[in-house]
Amino acid sequence: MGKFNKGGKKETPEINTGSMSDIIFMLLFFFMVITTMREATLFVRILPPVASEVQKLEKKSLVSYIYVGPPIDARKFGTEPRIQLNDQMANVAEIMSFVEAERLARDEVDRPLLTTSIKADRTVKMGMVTDVKQELRKANALKINYSTARGKVY
Amino acid sequence: MAKKSPTVNGGSMSDISFLLLTFFLLTSSIDTDLGIARRLPAMLPPNAPKPEIHQRNVFKVLVSFKDELRVQDQNIDISMLKGMVKDFMANPTNNSKMSEKTMKEVTLLGKVPVSKGVVSLKNDRGTSYEMYIKVQNELTAAFHELRDEMAREHFGAKFDDLKGDQQKAIQEAIPVSISEAEPTAVNVGGAK
Repeated sequence: MGKFNKGGKKETPEINTGSMSDIIFMLLFFFMVITTMREATLFVRILPPVASEVQKLEKKSLVSYIYVGPPIDARKFGTEPRIQLNDQMANVAEIMSFVEAERLARDEVDRPLLTTSIKADRTVKMGMVTDVKQELRKANALKINYSTARGKVY
Repeated sequence: MAKKSPTVNGGSMSDISFLLLTFFLLTSSIDTDLGIARRLPAMLPPNAPKPEIHQRNVFKVLVSFKDELRVQDQNIDISMLKGMVKDFMANPTNNSKMSEKTMKEVTLLGKVPVSKGVVSLKNDRGTSYEMYIKVQNELTAAFHELRDEMAREHFGAKFDDLKGDQQKAIQEAIPVSISEAEPTAVNVGGAK
């Protein structure tokens, strides 16, 4: 019956750790590919509204972001909602030059495909959002996207 | 005599890649950007003629600064909006108060009725963005459902599952016609 235990006690074989690095590298590449770096440090608080009819934003490289929301640092910027472009607070009037700069940063073929994503806090009043939209119209950046979270509306 | 090259210890390799892995894990965010896509109307020259739309074809949606919804001169709850828009655009009973339809030849579909209706969305400067998105969401949902229904009827599949040219055909038959007026002071249900 002792057929399977022929050699008596065997030493446990050492695990080859050489392939460990390969596995970790695979994980690393996976995360590198699926993730995106944060585009900007936010100075405004953004809690997006909820919607159910959402679409994914295709081609991240062709999206420019406009953030609208109440400043996180209330002592520095006050509590009224502000607009943030790239890494700084901005006025409504600066949107046009921002769009122009975003356009110039892209290839000529990609320029008509440029989308502007409006990331606004849910407490922001429409007056402000409309001002932004009017500026975008003036700058002829007509493809927009209202950034939302996915969820049930009511 | 050539020196024997020492073997490189491979064990630390995994440590290095672990470090890199944790770095990428921390610095990145996996949020896929979602949102409601819209196309803004181009700026018109100030003296351009306004397009004439028959009163019957306009579906009026007003949102007040108190986030109240008024649709076709009726105060309603947001849960009713989608159904009303669908009814108005499809107009299955050919009600004379709802949108007109014209027969149009669309490739792949043949002759289909195309609604002339336009949803006119107007909001106050004091309307909250949250409410605005809710309304936009309902409007989008209404058009999406109409498209889904038509897609089922003609191709037996959901709109999102159709092929490119089939989607184009449906889009032509049911255009998302939402027109946004510039916000003014909208007084809903209040005294004049």
